[in-house]
Amino acid sequence: MNQRSRLNLLVVQILIISLLVALFGRLFYLQIAAGPKYRDAALSIQSRDVVSPATRGLIVDSSGTPLALNKVGLAITIDRIAIDKQPDKGVAVMHRLSKLLKLRYRDIYQNTRLCGELAKGQRAGCWTGSRYQPIPITKEADPDTALQIVERSDQFPGVDAAPIAIRNYPGLAGVNAAHVLGYVGPLTDIDLAKGQGKAYFRSEAIGKSGLEITYDAYLRGVPGIRTLIVDRKEAITAQGKSTAPIPGNHLVTSLDARLQGAVEVALADAIKRGRANGNTSDSGAAIVMDIRTGRILAIASYPTYDPNAFEKGLTVEQASDLFSEKKSVPALSRALQGLFAPASTFKSVSVIAAAAAGYNLNATYNCPAEVQVGDRAFQNFESKSQGTMSMKKAIAVSCDTIWYRIAFDEWLRDGGLRPKNKPSDYFFKAAQSFNITQRVGIDLPSESSSRLADRAYKRSWYQQNKDFYCNYKDRATKAQQTPFLVLLAKENCLDGDKIRAGDAVNFAIGQGETVVTPLKLLQMYAAIGNGGTIWQMLVGKAIVKTDGTVVKTMTPQKLGTLSATPATLNFLHEALREVVVSGTGAGAFAGFPIPVSGKTGTAEVFGRNANGSLKDNTSWFASYAPSNKPRFAVVMMVSQGGFGASTSGVGVRKIYETLFGVKANTIVPGAAIYPEGKPPTKLPKISPATKPKESP
Amino acid sequence: MSQIHARQRLYRRSRSSIFHGFDPILSAAVALLLVIGTLLVYAATRDWYARNGLDPQYYLKRHVINIAIGCLLAYGTTVIDYRLLRAYTPIFWGLGVLGLAAVLIPGLGSTVNGARAWIALPGGFQIQPAELAKIAIIIGMSMLLSERSHDSDEPSSRDVFQALVIAGLPVLLIILQPDMGTVFIISASVVTIIAVSGAPSRWVAGLLIVAVLGAVVATKTGVISEYQIKRLQTFVDPTADAQGAGYQLRQARIAVGSGGLFGTGLFNGPQTNGRFVPEQQTDFIFTVAGEELGFLGSGFILLLYLIILMRGFSIARRTSDPFGRLVTTGVIAWFAFQLFENIGMTLGLMPMTGVPLPFLSYGGSSMFATLIGFGLLQNVHARSKG
Repeated sequence: MNQRSRLNLLVVQILIISLLVALFGRLFYLQIAAGPKYRDAALSIQSRDVVSPATRGLIVDSSGTPLALNKVGLAITIDRIAIDKQPDKGVAVMHRLSKLLKLRYRDIYQNTRLCGELAKGQRAGCWTGSRYQPIPITKEADPDTALQIVERSDQFPGVDAAPIAIRNYPGLAGVNAAHVLGYVGPLTDIDLAKGQGKAYFRSEAIGKSGLEITYDAYLRGVPGIRTLIVDRKEAITAQGKSTAPIPGNHLVTSLDARLQGAVEVALADAIKRGRANGNTSDSGAAIVMDIRTGRILAIASYPTYDPNAFEKGLTVEQASDLFSEKKSVPALSRALQGLFAPASTFKSVSVIAAAAAGYNLNATYNCPAEVQVGDRAFQNFESKSQGTMSMKKAIAVSCDTIWYRIAFDEWLRDGGLRPKNKPSDYFFKAAQSFNITQRVGIDLPSESSSRLADRAYKRSWYQQNKDFYCNYKDRATKAQQTPFLVLLAKENCLDGDKIRAGDAVNFAIGQGETVVTPLKLLQMYAAIGNGGTIWQMLVGKAIVKTDGTVVKTMTPQKLGTLSATPATLNFLHEALREVVVSGTGAGAFAGFPIPVSGKTGTAEVFGRNANGSLKDNTSWFASYAPSNKPRFAVVMMVSQGGFGASTSGVGVRKIYETLFGVKANTIVPGAAIYPEGKPPTKLPKISPATKPKESP
Repeated sequence: MSQIHARQRLYRRSRSSIFHGFDPILSAAVALLLVIGTLLVYAATRDWYARNGLDPQYYLKRHVINIAIGCLLAYGTTVIDYRLLRAYTPIFWGLGVLGLAAVLIPGLGSTVNGARAWIALPGGFQIQPAELAKIAIIIGMSMLLSERSHDSDEPSSRDVFQALVIAGLPVLLIILQPDMGTVFIISASVVTIIAVSGAPSRWVAGLLIVAVLGAVVATKTGVISEYQIKRLQTFVDPTADAQGAGYQLRQARIAVGSGGLFGTGLFNGPQTNGRFVPEQQTDFIFTVAGEELGFLGSGFILLLYLIILMRGFSIARRTSDPFGRLVTTGVIAWFAFQLFENIGMTLGLMPMTGVPLPFLSYGGSSMFATLIGFGLLQNVHARSKG
């Protein structure tokens, strides 16, 4: 062997050894360094989890009456993968199915489309789950129909029938409570993306709104998982570990089914009454609360929907009706999402402001037909002069002009359009002490924030709109270029960040840009009634395990205290009682055996309805009772309902009648919802078979 | 006359002691690999075949038969005087080229995994002429480069050129199949043989440059099929063809990686039993070792290969016969590059090609060729001692 051969042989040897070393290194990396990562990847390839859903916990009222429970239904499902493989994409099968189930073909077709497949705006009724889950067409098929489908599988390829646990809202004592309870639905990709850290399983049903979503983590339980090891053809090769499902915990609420049912009826009646009086009365809300604890006892919103419709399978019409303006958007909960000017109910705030500003609450004031504020005359309600009267009487009859005068004077004292460095702002401060812009913190999703049109609000409004108004000629549409609007824009551009005289006087009577949710107004009147405590408001009371042990109790927090002095609050109590005794609420409460305090509100609303008619007034009645020892607060609001007293006031009386067991002006013994005069503090025994108490 | 006598003498000697001159370490390593390979082939196919109602020992039986035939061939190759082989080399080579040409004829050749590399024989058997061509090329080149036409210590450029022609014709035919893995292995072996033959360095350097240029030109001009390019692309970016080659590479890596240090135990690999890796009894046999035997087991396999190769190098050093040395070098290079290509592909170091793993993979042609190669090593070892 020559020298070169020897050398080259060595080079080749070194090269080959390094190739093997490279393989060793790579092997080490894959199996040792990155081993855990690949083990996880292998696990996801070879194992399939079969999820058996946990029984969802019940939602019950404070006495144990079930508001939401589970029922066995028969589901007719369509397998999208299977029907997509059919030559006509399942059209024939779906037509046959629509005949058998007596459903519209269009609904079945829509139900089986993934929401992502459809254009925006055409998604009503679409399937929110994934392609790989069987899509339920109905969950309440009758057994004969289900049997036909199973037996004639040649006629219905890709269609299956199977028993399934469905959520059921039994509607005991006439309860609807759709907005409070919410509903459940299949897990969507959005839920998966949002639920970071939450262990969801594809086939689970989860809470979609209301209490069902707030307390979903407790109610849902933990599904049982059976892990199967599969091969490339998805044939099962081995059984992995399996866990049994852990049923969800029960939710005890502070609601009372009988009261809830009565409140819903009272609200619906109020809407009817409003309409009978020629008002549009498109929507409304009514809420009852325990003012000593912050717990909600009943909460209703109108219009409403059938919470069971989601499990039955929504028709396209049902789904689009939920958000239809024509149907007044039943999906919206007016109690926590509706924002309305509080009108005269806000005069309670003004009383506290006036007292703080040093006005003598026991003096007499003039209530003229109108008050000149700058260059504008502000009219009394219905432009009537009421003469001279005490402040108490002025609240009772809801005189506006007194407040115009006081608010205007205070506005001038604070410097008018050139405010002092540290204005007194008695009105704003009184309102701020009610925490108006802070949410009530209810345990229901999507609560709206109320709005207080104070100086800070004005400034931020101006920041956002200055550009529009200062360049009005360019920014506004042709239709908006009327001389009046151009002049208004000029004013807004000049001093839109300032509180003007008109703003100040409107503020004092709850008109203008201050808007509150019915829930917020209830919280305010509860604070007045209970001596000044602002409570967080909760529906949920406790989470209880199936064996009865308490997992968690929810207690409303104290959010603040009113700035009013005890003397002012005392005066307010008397004045609000006077409203019901001799003022605007007297008619509605004539002969009522339990003393009630309250305030009517009739808010003017600007703008027009879709049909072109002018919007009717918002009807409010805010109250608490018994006046001598306040325990409950009740608020009713009817949008475009007309007068506060006749529409809402009468409705609130009906609610108190149920609450206190009053029939024909007398208290029926034992008929009160809470015989002890207060809601129960003990948690009830929970059973799906519990029935609401019969009232005598 | 004297030639015949010499031949008879050689036969007699080998017959007198059949294991005379066997390298025990080399033989033990190969035997261990054959045993491990048999278990792996069985593990790769048993569950799947049983589950699908087929004979679970179908591959095991055939694999054992292949090994038995291969061992006979290896024995024959060992005992025959390799100098006698030289006489038959032109015939081997000619048969190899004919076979390679035959696979390209429609109706004769069958296509497996995109390469037209097989000739179907009656009875469901198939042979892969490229495997046998490897041996023909190694022996043919070694013959040309070890016979000195002039009185020099190194082959002349003419010798090198002739040797390249010997290798070039079969390689061209394999490119047409196309089976780029085999082309790579043969090319690497050719360069190794020429380098060790003592040929002028300019040849070695030149060939390396030609190899690189050839690879570039082949990809650019479409000599390499779209199928090949796709496989190359998925090597660079495994997500490029997620359901095809990329899928296989990813599955292979997952199977190996999930084995960890100790593996799942033989027959207990869920990835293997679920058959998520395709071709796992042939080209991807190493994934079975990776998953079921873990780092310890698959590392041991690599160690066995290292032992075989190092024994090969020591045989090459010890032999005084230039022909024997070149054959040994060629066989080492063939084994080394083929196992690097195969395991490298499984581990994601090399692009995907369809070459089997020496001594382990299921497959007759490859098993026969590998064991003949092993026989050649033994043969050279025996003669160099005797």
